Amino acid sequence: MKILMLGWELPPHNSGGLGVACYQLCEALSVKDIDIEFVLPYNEVHSIDFMKVRAALSHSAGSLRISGIAYDSFKYTDTQGNEQWLSIFDQQKLYEQAAAQLTGYESFDIIHAHDWLTFKAGVLLKQKTGKPLILHVHSVESDRSGGNYGNPLAREIEQESMLMADKIVAVSQHTKNIIIADYAIPADKIEVIHNSIGKIDEVNLSEPNSYKYLAALKNHGYKVISSIGRLTIQKNLINLLHAFKLVTNKEPKAILLFVGNGEQETELLLLAAELGISRNVMFAGFQRGKRWRDAYTIADLFVMPSVSEPFGLTPLEAVALGVPVLISKQSGVSEVLKNALKVDFWDVNEMANQMLAVLQNQSLKNELIVNGSKEYESMNWSKAANQLEEIYAKAVRGVSG
Amino acid sequence: MTKRAIVLYLHAHQPFRIGHFSTFDIGENKNYFDEPNDMRANNRAVLDKVIQKSYIPTNRKLLELIQQHPEFKISLSITGTLIEQLEKWSPHTLESFKELVATDKVEIVGETYHHSLAFFYSLAEFNNQVQMHRDKIWEVFGKKPTVFRNTELSYNNDLAVWADRAGYKAVLAEGWDPILQWRSPNYVYRPVGTQTLKLLLKNYKLSDDIAFRFGDQNWESWPLTADKYAHWLNAIDNGTNINLFMDYETFGEHQWKESGIFDFLSHFPGEWLKNENNTFMTASEAVDSYDAVDTIDTPYTTTWADTERDLSAWLGNPMQQQAIEALYGLSEKILSSNDWALIEDWRKLQTSDHFYYMCTKWFNDGDIHAYFSPYDSPYIAFMNFMNTWHDLRYRLTEKGLDT
Repeated sequence: MKILMLGWELPPHNSGGLGVACYQLCEALSVKDIDIEFVLPYNEVHSIDFMKVRAALSHSAGSLRISGIAYDSFKYTDTQGNEQWLSIFDQQKLYEQAAAQLTGYESFDIIHAHDWLTFKAGVLLKQKTGKPLILHVHSVESDRSGGNYGNPLAREIEQESMLMADKIVAVSQHTKNIIIADYAIPADKIEVIHNSIGKIDEVNLSEPNSYKYLAALKNHGYKVISSIGRLTIQKNLINLLHAFKLVTNKEPKAILLFVGNGEQETELLLLAAELGISRNVMFAGFQRGKRWRDAYTIADLFVMPSVSEPFGLTPLEAVALGVPVLISKQSGVSEVLKNALKVDFWDVNEMANQMLAVLQNQSLKNELIVNGSKEYESMNWSKAANQLEEIYAKAVRGVSG
Repeated sequence: MTKRAIVLYLHAHQPFRIGHFSTFDIGENKNYFDEPNDMRANNRAVLDKVIQKSYIPTNRKLLELIQQHPEFKISLSITGTLIEQLEKWSPHTLESFKELVATDKVEIVGETYHHSLAFFYSLAEFNNQVQMHRDKIWEVFGKKPTVFRNTELSYNNDLAVWADRAGYKAVLAEGWDPILQWRSPNYVYRPVGTQTLKLLLKNYKLSDDIAFRFGDQNWESWPLTADKYAHWLNAIDNGTNINLFMDYETFGEHQWKESGIFDFLSHFPGEWLKNENNTFMTASEAVDSYDAVDTIDTPYTTTWADTERDLSAWLGNPMQQQAIEALYGLSEKILSSNDWALIEDWRKLQTSDHFYYMCTKWFNDGDIHAYFSPYDSPYIAFMNFMNTWHDLRYRLTEKGLDT
């Protein structure tokens, strides 16, 4: 079977979990009798041997990112004092046009598009070729806008495309419910396929951690809580700061480390100052590679208290690296990860309570690590690949549902 | 010749579940066992449910059976924490237990008041709780237990020696194969190192057919009818007494009414008694009627739980060990406080269920059904428990009894 896969990013040029999920899913699919051609909106050299990667547009990943990343749909940007829509919309349009110019698409059995930026291109190709269209929803507009309405233009693209699609794949029940509620798509058109996690390289413990200062503080009894992700409304970081304030009241030797960037950075900085906890809150900016990984391993606890999270890869990465996690019940990953602490995103007191419990109880921390690691060992993408293979087969036979 | 007897023993218990207890509740005079918001941990709501589904219909059924069959008898243990809840929230259900006991066909078995694991942590505290239970049973039922069972049927040689010296006739324990070796559970035994004590060992195969497998439609013997079960029992070619031990809540709560469990209970005694060599005995009647055929050595602790039949469901992981050690670590200071409310809260926290809720061994298998817990995860159970423990400690400091 031949699949034309429309995506926005792949590692190492990804801006978040979307690229990682696409990559690992395709890798698992390639083990089966499935050929994939993956179309990207930028031109870079990839060392990928399990599928063909094609560039729809000639510019580099870097120049594309200037226009915004896959998650920037609802925001105005502030360039030279001028407010304007991010040109991510223009990029989306360029991708659609370029996809239409692709040749050789007659030989594909199915079009499979990942997230709203590629949905229009998918619909166009379906109209042109009559091939079945599967839309894979890794996030919807209300997630990206932290539960708000978001950008009506992005919503329009999502709704129209979903109506046109033959099948919709949602990365969690949480996301499926939102699709039904926001876009009035019939439930039986949507299948839930949970994301998973690939194997993470062993940590070389002999190398010193990049967060040298934090490592030194830990020798003096300090405890570190890490939040890794964009500094954006969806991630519920304002509530996290308020909860962390309560933590420091009881445990003054607690440090909150933010790794990531985003539009809320200044707001969070100011709030930390206002709460009088600037000394306990650190901002490390966006990091890749070793620094990104060390942000997990330096932590006594990883937190992802998102308002709404379609799936959420970072908690699985934390578990894989042997770090206990606290996640919001409103995240898709909480549907599959058992050995985690879970809290309602709005419940600041409970969030603080659970953070303190981990910082103060070594046995709780250890038990989360031991059982989390066991759970991680049992995780892989093959279940998702099997589910998707079945959906492909049905789509080709023209069976819905 | 003496007839062959079924010793049917039922255990009734409810813990005082801990409500949501945050670190910010410490020192705020919050009640540990009052949970208005979450029905799973709301003790009154759970009790009401179990009363409706199990205690009331089962008591009614047992009373009918006693009136119908003069030979039908049972042994019953009922924890202090359950009696307390019934006194507080459902006196008429307690009356129905009293009515049952008043027939003199029901023997009350002794245990710890708080359904605790104190035997393994503090012998003094264990003795206190056994005495508290004896006092409560005397006050409510006018009976003095002569047979003993320890929490979760936990048992070892030391417990046997303790019970022997305390003057009990018999102890109930699991008929676990590694302990029995070639022997059958269907006889009376004597524990090593005891003078007069006898041991009744649960026939777990036949007990669990009712307690665990009855409603399982994938079980090869489903549906289990009273005559089929009686047939199995009659076919046993050895033994003097078949010991069927199970939770009281088997009837109506673990096995729902819809499974046909009450019909089974209605008909089974009649089916068994059709054979005139068959009868029912209470635990003490059985040990009075039959001599011990051999001695039994139990150098390590057995229980009636899981495939391991040990205490690992309660004490198997470090969270559980930390929690229970922390709790008994306060013993001396708590008892010296002479503050009854404080002592009583401490004792209610000793109930074994709290530690069971922290068990992680099934959590990974996804076998959530095997996992009766009022909390979302074992971690939440641990956090609530430790926060109440900190509150106990706070109350001690308030009294100048700093730890």
